[in-house]
Amino acid sequence: MFGRFSSAARTLTRASTSRVFVPPPQVVVGAKFFSSTPPPVDTITVTVDGSPVEIPKGSTVLHACETAGVEIPRFCYHQRLSIAGNCRMCLVEVEKAPKPVASCAMPAMPNMNIKTTTPLVKKAREGVMEFLLANHPLDCPICDQGGECDLQDQAMVFGSDRGRFVETKRGVEDKELGPLVKTVMTRCIHCTRCVRFAKEVAGVEDLGTTGRGRDTEIGTYVSKLFRSEMSGNVIDLCPVGALTSKPYAFTARSWELKKTESVDVSDALGSNILVDTKGTEVMRITPRLNEEINEEWISDKARFQYDGLKRQRIDVPMAKAAGGLAAVSWEEAFEKIAEAVSKASKDEIKGIAGKLADAESIVAMKDLLNRLGSGNHMCEGFPTLGADIRSSYLMNSSIVGVEDADAILLVGTNPRVEAPVLNARLRRACLSTGATVANVGSPLNLTFPVEELGMGAATLKELDAQSHPFFKTMKEAANPMIVVGAGLVGREDGLALLQTLHSLAEKTGVVGEGWNGFNMLHDSAGRVAGLDLGFLPSESAKKAAAKVVFLLNSDDFDEADVPADAFVVYVGSHGDKGATRADVILPGAAYTEKSSTYVNTEGRPQRTKAAVAPIGQARDDWTIVRALSEVLGASLPYDDLNAVRARLAEVAPHMERTTEVEPSTWLNGSTYAHIPAGTTSDAPFTSSVANFYMTDAVSRASVTMAKCTSTKLT
Amino acid sequence: MAIRRSMFHCAQLIRKSALASSSVPQTASTALKVQSAAVPIFQQRRWYADILNQHRDTPTNNSALAFEFTEKNMPKVNEIISHYPSNYKQSAVIPLLDLAQQQGNGHLTVQAMNKVAEMLEIAPMRVYEVATFYTMFNRTPVGKYHVMVCGTTPCMIRGSREIEAALAAHWGIKKGQTTPDGMFTLGEMECMGCCVNAPQITIADYTKGADGYTYNYYEDLTPESAIKIVDQLKKGETPKVGSQIRETCEPVGGLTTLLEPPPGPYCRDLSQA
Repeated sequence: MFGRFSSAARTLTRASTSRVFVPPPQVVVGAKFFSSTPPPVDTITVTVDGSPVEIPKGSTVLHACETAGVEIPRFCYHQRLSIAGNCRMCLVEVEKAPKPVASCAMPAMPNMNIKTTTPLVKKAREGVMEFLLANHPLDCPICDQGGECDLQDQAMVFGSDRGRFVETKRGVEDKELGPLVKTVMTRCIHCTRCVRFAKEVAGVEDLGTTGRGRDTEIGTYVSKLFRSEMSGNVIDLCPVGALTSKPYAFTARSWELKKTESVDVSDALGSNILVDTKGTEVMRITPRLNEEINEEWISDKARFQYDGLKRQRIDVPMAKAAGGLAAVSWEEAFEKIAEAVSKASKDEIKGIAGKLADAESIVAMKDLLNRLGSGNHMCEGFPTLGADIRSSYLMNSSIVGVEDADAILLVGTNPRVEAPVLNARLRRACLSTGATVANVGSPLNLTFPVEELGMGAATLKELDAQSHPFFKTMKEAANPMIVVGAGLVGREDGLALLQTLHSLAEKTGVVGEGWNGFNMLHDSAGRVAGLDLGFLPSESAKKAAAKVVFLLNSDDFDEADVPADAFVVYVGSHGDKGATRADVILPGAAYTEKSSTYVNTEGRPQRTKAAVAPIGQARDDWTIVRALSEVLGASLPYDDLNAVRARLAEVAPHMERTTEVEPSTWLNGSTYAHIPAGTTSDAPFTSSVANFYMTDAVSRASVTMAKCTSTKLT
Repeated sequence: MAIRRSMFHCAQLIRKSALASSSVPQTASTALKVQSAAVPIFQQRRWYADILNQHRDTPTNNSALAFEFTEKNMPKVNEIISHYPSNYKQSAVIPLLDLAQQQGNGHLTVQAMNKVAEMLEIAPMRVYEVATFYTMFNRTPVGKYHVMVCGTTPCMIRGSREIEAALAAHWGIKKGQTTPDGMFTLGEMECMGCCVNAPQITIADYTKGADGYTYNYYEDLTPESAIKIVDQLKKGETPKVGSQIRETCEPVGGLTTLLEPPPGPYCRDLSQA
């Protein structure tokens, strides 16, 4: 944000008076719609610095200036938060207005003549800046925001080179908000962005403005931690160094960092991130704008689990020896595996893909197993789910589509811990468009009102039998939606429950013309790719007892899937549950160290980029499988990333079109019609995520996440 | 350095002339004079609020405690809430906090704020914001009588500082403190809007709970009459409310102008209009 801003701002000071006319951007949120004509928008024309611009009716003066390509300095204004208008930095001159106006809060009127380069504006900005700096400590050299600070940048561009304030500056007590957000409240300029974020987006009204006048403080008043799964976003929002990252404190300067655009794998949303690295180390992770997925937020786990990338890492191949695991060479490790594989036949060789498995390694593993004559491959977490019909395991409405829903039924899911960013969208749907949200399963606290219908299968059957009042709500809704959690799919009776849910979806019009509200919310990044690639056991393999098991990043496997006498090979990055069980460990790269494809819960393939090199002898997971195939006598026909991706596209063509969502076909419940109705258990539906901060091998290795867990932030 | 010296010189001059023209009694201005002589004007110390805007738990004031409005006050609570539409319940926050403060003998505790938040279905933080913004909410305990001296310009010119100094000396406490017997807290307030009868003090009486709560102005004071009023209160007597020397705000020495009926032209006879 800072880079974009300051360069534009500097251009502004060089001041070309003629502005290029920029037509208003067409709104294309939610991407490809069938209609090509945008809805008619009433527009008005205003003049900004002499050039006319056309803007939608109801826009602010600030929006008019931005449309005209004039950058207006601001602190309190943020396009995703409500307008506060309290920093006064965005003052501009409007003809016939008696005094400078705060452009962020002033509605633009037809034929308004807005001036942003006049001496009045310059003086107003200088004055505001002087007031802001009066009580701001001049500690930029020891401030973590230094180099990416809005106040620093704007003071350079719009401020005076001297101040008249000679009295003592005020001091403000620092607040304890938990292990993630560090506070230096003396630096605060009271823009209230954090307060508005907490109230409007996170839905945790713990932050506020206390006191008045010079004694105003931002804080919690009573001693209280900031209990949100999205609390880290206030660090990005804070225009000064008042709220900074605690784990990142004093570790790097922003200009030393190399930024790599990547994708988060801590949940199934695939939030877009920037991985900031210094040398060979990941220093921090920040969000990257993607309107269709995460807007500009990420969860605390996505942001702060990076210290887990430096701990518990497997950096050399290992094999079980007399005294436990011992480091071996790649050749020795492969030989041991080859020996074990030679003793097993066909379906007795098994592969399990875990939460962090990427598409490239899944397809390589699948090809290898198939070449060895085995169809025994599975994804952990959903023993019974089929992948025949894509729409039965995707979030069909897309993430953006959640906001169009007007009646939402959550089944066996807790989006607040499974996908906090999605929960923020659900919250918006509930609070701003008035969607009714109901839950079947353990009671939830989602930061917005949720109607609790019941605990389990009985309620679901009642809904399906149309005897529950919420059936009517769904039936009457224009865009009803069902969100099925991974916790439900992972149950033994998951299939029978899904059958009921499909029947309910049919009856309530969850799937209709131009709308498919049947959504599955997965709980981890590797799930959908596994299903898309058909990483599921063949009929014959279901009966086979495995003798060799390949755990591909699999740490949360079901014990029953790995027989006690099986020879276990773990391919992965962290010494977690999978590695503990393994006979041979092959060191894989973590998600920041490889360029690989992940498919998010709505079926959108996205690629991570290698930000740093894999540690030690670790390698990209698919290259390990490729090398192993040679030793096992079943060489895979691809030698580089492009070739493996070509193979990926052969199996699942949509994986080539990254960042796009391939719409899936809905087969009108016939997906499940042929399955004999199983019995359902009375056990209550629960979320698959018990502790938001520790869900996979990386977050379990993270000290920061452990601190969050121990302070019981949830 | 030259600039500093000349500024200092100016400051000295200003101060001298101010003292020369000052009509304040010598005793009361001594403290002021000593302080300003020691600190040059351009480095004068800033005054900070004596009340924190951050809560500190005490045994009687913390979120773990429960607060309930008394049965006697509940009709008042319901009455207050009934004044506002049910979807704008939060509008009742200030009157409810005021009532809670009266019930709490002038002390608005954090548990009372939590209770108000719960009743109005808003986040506690939103109540804390209101309670810390308004200085009439006492987040630290006060005495049975909260005596607030007006500190704004008209009262100050008419001698409010002397009244404050006299009260402080009478009780042996400083501004913001409470007398050892818990009877009086000396505070300051900004303009109370009766400048015509300056100087004045306001006394909030918390001795009789929310029912007998009074919030009275005592106007046209001198240090002596201010002390007389608080002493009367201490004895359980009821001092005269309002101006101490006249009926309302008429001229003290009787009317000096407009003594005879005003000359014409008069208003036309409206009945003929």
